[in-house]
Amino acid sequence: MVPRLTRILGAQRLALAEDAVQFAMLQALELWPYDGVPEYPSAWLSRVAYNRALDVLRSDRKLRYFEDEKESEIRKKIDELQSANERGLAGFSQEVADEKLALIFTCCHPVLPRAASVALTLKVVCGFGVAEIARAFLATEVSISQRLVRAKKLIREQGIRCEVPSPAQLPERLDAVLEVLYLLFTEGYAASSGDSLIKNDLCEEAIRLGESLAENSAMAQPEVHALLALMLFQAARLPARTDEFGDLLLLAEQDRSLWDRAMIHRGLLHLESAAAGEKLSTYHLQAEVAAIHANTDEFTSTNWEQILALYDLLAEKQPTPVVLTNRAVAVAQVHGPVEGLAALAMIPSDEQLTRYPFLHSAEGEFHRRLGHFDDAARCFNLALECARTEPERRFIQKKLAGLGAESIAMHKGKSAPQ
Amino acid sequence: MPNFVLLLHQSPKMLSNASPEEIQTILAKYGAWREELVKANKMRAGIKLGNDGGRHLRLNGGKVAVTDGPYSESQEVLGGLFMIEATDYDEAVRIAQTGPHLVGGNWIEVRSVDRVHP
Repeated sequence: MVPRLTRILGAQRLALAEDAVQFAMLQALELWPYDGVPEYPSAWLSRVAYNRALDVLRSDRKLRYFEDEKESEIRKKIDELQSANERGLAGFSQEVADEKLALIFTCCHPVLPRAASVALTLKVVCGFGVAEIARAFLATEVSISQRLVRAKKLIREQGIRCEVPSPAQLPERLDAVLEVLYLLFTEGYAASSGDSLIKNDLCEEAIRLGESLAENSAMAQPEVHALLALMLFQAARLPARTDEFGDLLLLAEQDRSLWDRAMIHRGLLHLESAAAGEKLSTYHLQAEVAAIHANTDEFTSTNWEQILALYDLLAEKQPTPVVLTNRAVAVAQVHGPVEGLAALAMIPSDEQLTRYPFLHSAEGEFHRRLGHFDDAARCFNLALECARTEPERRFIQKKLAGLGAESIAMHKGKSAPQ
Repeated sequence: MPNFVLLLHQSPKMLSNASPEEIQTILAKYGAWREELVKANKMRAGIKLGNDGGRHLRLNGGKVAVTDGPYSESQEVLGGLFMIEATDYDEAVRIAQTGPHLVGGNWIEVRSVDRVHP
């Protein structure tokens, strides 16, 4: 309902559309338990929502001097749609899908901060409540509300329209949408403390939104399929990712029989669709890496040469600390820990990097393999310092403890009489 | 079979911040609860009362005084009622419990309806 109403009222009145829909829902909550669900529930809800929007618009007009001709246009549209609703014609699935897409593009407009787009999409497109969003991002409800208010204000100020972008604008707009979707997904996928049910919800929503894009022939660009494949491959691993204590399991330790095969299959189909055309996006490369893992029965039989080749390409396009660290891990798998350390050393050091736990634990792991227990401990302790969540901390502490044991064993061996 | 009235008392301003998704879930629960009663031929009436507070009439110093009742925003009010058919209080109470009304401060008053025997 919000997508349709926003379409009619315009993105400038997104808040009004939300309020009108909320009003209708609350009315339903009051009346339907006693009167029963009406014969055409959506028509009922739409009628109440539209009337509410009209009421607010009318009373708003009294405060202004000049008639906004846009408003009478809006009123006409609402009346048209209302009579269509009553005849049971409303909600052709294609129209509904288009309206949802238009709203997604509005919420993910490049001019909005990405974090704001994520929250706005969840609220307005996916129907999440402020409390749920706050729980998911470990933020306060107040900060999320503010983020939403600022985003809507920006939409008004920038004159953003609620419509699907033209072919000319599509590449830039689509890039922004994909960024937001992947941000949403990683927020859910990241091993943070907090409600794991919410987290899985976020992954699901990101995938669902991606599929809305893929279902529209104009939107279904190869990158969209690539991102979907990536998200599906990663989401497939969720059932295997934590042990019975809620602790993280590495790829090496996961029980692959728990991976969701149906999701992997869907991912492979999207990967195939992604192969059309010549553009090789970073999503393509990441999806290919994820596909290799998904198709490998045991960690020990992983084709690291292939993965390294993909990371080489990825590092050229997107030399971020995350990518370069992952590449170093692949380097170590193929050429050994000394090369792994060298690959890490190539990463330009800057502020952001020192606070990236995975980099330090990777370095620690390489040192450990080489028997440099002091260096390893130093790295793991650095990682511990910048760990952000309980599961991350426990994971690193386990590594440190393991180091201790290994070190003792090695020294015992060394100090044995020659 | 005797009739019972379920008076649904509502705590102020519950659920006004619920998300559309959450509201859908609750509506589905009410729908299912109602349907079961209708199918079992136990639902006699459902009456939703207005949120406007209503009017209170009392005798005050020999004259009738009319005041506005409480608004649902700030005080607990009677939201509505159902009349159902049930064998006895135990069944009426069981039926009342299975509905989604009992959340937060909401409460349900179950009263038997007296029969007028000729």
